[in-house]
Amino acid sequence: MEGMTWLGWSFDAFVGAGLLWLAWRALASPDLFKAVVLFVAFGLLLALAWVRLEAPDVALAEAAIGAGLTGALLIAALTRLGISMASGRHRNNNKEEL
Amino acid sequence: MSVPFLYALVGIGLFCLGFHGLIVYDHLLRKILAINIMGSGVFLVLVALAKRGGEAAPDPVPHAMVITGIVVAVSATALALGLMLKVQAATGHAVLPGKSRD
Amino acid sequence: MAGYAWLLRLLLLLLAVGLGYAVLSLPDQAQGLQPDVLGKMDQSGVTHPVTAVLLNFRGYDTLLEMAVLLLALLGIWSLGGLPEARPESEPGPVLGTLTQVLVPVLIVVAGYLLWTGAHAPGGAFQAGAVLGAAGVLLQLTGWRLPRRAAGHPLRITLVAGVAVFLIVAALPLPGGRQLLEYDPNYAGVLILVVEAFATVSIGVTLAALFFGADPTDKAPK
Repeated sequence: MEGMTWLGWSFDAFVGAGLLWLAWRALASPDLFKAVVLFVAFGLLLALAWVRLEAPDVALAEAAIGAGLTGALLIAALTRLGISMASGRHRNNNKEEL
Repeated sequence: MSVPFLYALVGIGLFCLGFHGLIVYDHLLRKILAINIMGSGVFLVLVALAKRGGEAAPDPVPHAMVITGIVVAVSATALALGLMLKVQAATGHAVLPGKSRD
Repeated sequence: MAGYAWLLRLLLLLLAVGLGYAVLSLPDQAQGLQPDVLGKMDQSGVTHPVTAVLLNFRGYDTLLEMAVLLLALLGIWSLGGLPEARPESEPGPVLGTLTQVLVPVLIVVAGYLLWTGAHAPGGAFQAGAVLGAAGVLLQLTGWRLPRRAAGHPLRITLVAGVAVFLIVAALPLPGGRQLLEYDPNYAGVLILVVEAFATVSIGVTLAALFFGADPTDKAPK
């Protein structure tokens, strides 16, 4: 049992640190497309955190809505802004908005 | 300190990180991401504190609140993205008026 | 602005420390409302606690939440619709085949999640989200709602979830009960009816949010 708790603790610490790191990178990365992809990854890791907290209902909702549909909405908004997926920059004037 | 409190502290960290991003960045898409991260932090605190019963099953009321919150968050995000696109259509930039672009 | 960056970070650090102190000073062991919920489970009509809270004990929240979802869509429609997202490349054969396979599977999964919500993790919102994902996939392959379905049929489907929920919520009123106070004998059936309509409405609303415009609008800007 001792080994299992140690393993669980390190897993939780890894998930927690990963969440904070992904959130920070999603906000700070200069490339908007990359930011959205990191945000979707953040949502999926958060679904893992819900499972660790014994909230499978929330995990299902998060994976389907929080990560899936929000990600689709964000990427659709990016293409409507005219930001190219390849570089995260504007297709027309190639200028970057931070 | 137990596992629920670890996740609650991570939730507080996410809230403050998102709050910082909301204030610092000018691009509206980044502000929307920041608000979503703040919301995720609040959800994490709620669900973490629901699991303080030790071996017993967690409290289902915060879980239901968070599921409601996730759906409200995606509604608000969709509306905010629509408003952002209208701001860009009107001013040429997805930035609040009165903000410098760099 | 840049000169105040350190001040902002200091204030946020103070906020984080304050919140952290508040959370850590909470008692280590707490049951919350769990004993109350479990004590009333036999009156809820379902056996899964989260579903019981969502659709019976806290039905108000869920009813108003569905109204929020509808309001968000109305907000986007009243903005005059968003420009149609131009894909950077034409949808390839992989996406087409994948969609053909996935959409029926997603519909079955949504039905399963809806049914299983009564006794296990799942329920209307998860099922609705899966349906919404099927709608998004269809739109990515270039599929659009047929003209004859875009008017009243779409609007009735969007509103059906809230409308049925309101009717079911008002059913106990003539019997001298309160709004949303289901008879424990019929609660299970009523919850399933509400959830079935809610699933379809949530799925269609989410897909419509992705489309971003009233499909009956003649000239999207």
